[in-house]
Amino acid sequence: MSELANASPNRREVSTPGERASGPARPRTYRPRISRLWWVHRRSYLLFALRELSSLFVAWFVVYLLLLVAAVHGGSGSYHAFLEWGSSPWLLVVNVVALAFVVLHAITWFNLAPQAMVIRLRGRRVPSRMVAAGHFAAWVVVSAVVAWIVLGAGP
Amino acid sequence: MPDTERSLPERADSTITMQVARYRPDADSAPTMQEYVVPMREEWAVLDGLNYIKDWLDGTLSFRWSCRMGICGSCGMTVNGDPALTCGTFLTDYAPGPVRVEPLANFPVIRDLVVDIDDFLRKLPAVQPWLVRDDEQGVDGVEFLQTPAEMDEYKQYSMCINCMLCYAACPVYGLEPDFLGPAAIALAQRYNLDSRDQGAHRRMDVLATAEGVWACTYVGECTTACPKGVDPAGAIQRYKLTAATRTLRSLLLPRGSR
Repeated sequence: MSELANASPNRREVSTPGERASGPARPRTYRPRISRLWWVHRRSYLLFALRELSSLFVAWFVVYLLLLVAAVHGGSGSYHAFLEWGSSPWLLVVNVVALAFVVLHAITWFNLAPQAMVIRLRGRRVPSRMVAAGHFAAWVVVSAVVAWIVLGAGP
Repeated sequence: MPDTERSLPERADSTITMQVARYRPDADSAPTMQEYVVPMREEWAVLDGLNYIKDWLDGTLSFRWSCRMGICGSCGMTVNGDPALTCGTFLTDYAPGPVRVEPLANFPVIRDLVVDIDDFLRKLPAVQPWLVRDDEQGVDGVEFLQTPAEMDEYKQYSMCINCMLCYAACPVYGLEPDFLGPAAIALAQRYNLDSRDQGAHRRMDVLATAEGVWACTYVGECTTACPKGVDPAGAIQRYKLTAATRTLRSLLLPRGSR
């Protein structure tokens, strides 16, 4: 600002300090403000915001699992109290919503995988669909194994 | 104002209304919308509509354009809310209208539809978008051979025309102006993946930072907006994996085998 003023000492127009700060050489530009709700105006932005939100529900399931482990550690009394608490209607609703968000989280994550990974087989790049398919297949297998352990291999 | 001395181009059967953002920095504090009725012809792009306005209706309208064939990257604007090259966006696709034309989002507006892209021009050289050689050979008498397969590795990223649609589509860039941005990172990858280049380790200091690839939250709209199929979002995610692998290696492996 002072440099500009020094560069042209013979300038005649009188300008207020505010005007000079914006620079006499360049007209002021308009800087649009981004609204706080920018993410609701576009479907892809909304989906993105929901995906980011899903991490909260992933964290909730981690907490839930830790509470379950603590209850098991506390003996049969606290375990049954935990099951009682876990089957209360409001917690069921919370967990169903959380499950939906975690599934969204997983699907968007696996769809991202082929974007980040470049895999070559015999010198050829594996098509991104195949990379995604591999991830989904691994997900199904792991889920099946977990389901078998939890549901099938009981006493 | 219409010039009655000159004769208008052949009258079109159908017309379409264009709502164009006007911003005169000396008079306005914020942009306003102005409506113009232009002929709608099958072969007319939005840019042809703007040129019609400029030539016949209102000579004060300012906008950038040059090649009219999707190569120069000058005519990027927001058309009905989406960032687009106005030379490749056709009026008939918006029939019966109106078509809303605004300047590219996330950039300061200089006048009407003209935006200030100096921020990008400052960031771009930071990723050294040229062939970097460690051996510092002169160009004379040196020939770097490359197979078609090696060229395919980076060709997609070399299609970038710096049209700034990806920056306009990126909410991260809008909210965090320090973000290096989609095109600059894609162009860094264009050279990182070039078999003749040896500068990947130099670019890493700029790319693997909080203002570089790690600022990206993968909204993915840059790739949707790109008119040249560059896929900047893919380039960024790919580099995230590269940077993470590099960091993990430097932590786990002894110095020699990195």
